Amino acid sequence: MALFRVKAKARKGSTDVKMMAKHEMETGQRKGKDGNLIPAKFLDTVTVSHAGKVVFEANLGTAVSKNPYLAFSFEGGAKGETLDIAWTENTGASGAESGDIK
Amino acid sequence: MSMNRRTVVKAIAASGALMGMGALMPRVALAAWNKDAFAAKDQASAMNALYGGSAEASANVMLKAPAIAENGAVVPVSVSTDLADVESIAIFIENNPTPLAAQFMVPAGTNADFSTRVRMGKTTNVSAVVQAGGKTYSATSEVKVTIGGCGG
Repeated sequence: MALFRVKAKARKGSTDVKMMAKHEMETGQRKGKDGNLIPAKFLDTVTVSHAGKVVFEANLGTAVSKNPYLAFSFEGGAKGETLDIAWTENTGASGAESGDIK
Repeated sequence: MSMNRRTVVKAIAASGALMGMGALMPRVALAAWNKDAFAAKDQASAMNALYGGSAEASANVMLKAPAIAENGAVVPVSVSTDLADVESIAIFIENNPTPLAAQFMVPAGTNADFSTRVRMGKTTNVSAVVQAGGKTYSATSEVKVTIGGCGG
């Protein structure tokens, strides 16, 4: 299941990208029902590439909201092309997925 | 004798794994997640760890955040700048347990304009810090929070 939902739109030579990850972004400061702290579990890096070139790179902390929303735009990109998304979690987990430009 | 041989084989395997990691490291280091900055408990030390000093207030840094946020768990924040040679943009939330919220790199060809949503524990200043041409510039605005976003 894809973690990210991507909406990318090419317009006049540049591409607007809005993406949202389905992720709890657990801060490590919340207590669970048993009174113990829930260990931190959050996305720490998100990288988006287009045609082999990095167009977006973010380092995230625990202050980013649950289900992180990220929006940016870059020069280039055309309808039907693909964006490659790579992410890592503070737990060491990582993944890669892709989204289409519309 | 056979025990010795085994340890030697292990040592070789371990060093091989280390060398492999060494070869991979430089690529990761380019935009490493700055652990010191993200773990810092106050804004000054987070700033120091990330950019090595304080930032100069600038009208060229545009920070868009609500004046009043009803729900501190989801505060929309947008930062943009018309400065040249922008390398990265960071968002700080002064009174959060760890003030550094996010850092965006700005590769060539990407517009220095980002939006995200952050958590805020209580009413405090939100700052956008732009690193451009080796210098740092900032913009700050206060966001009032009616319901904190850090509680359980």
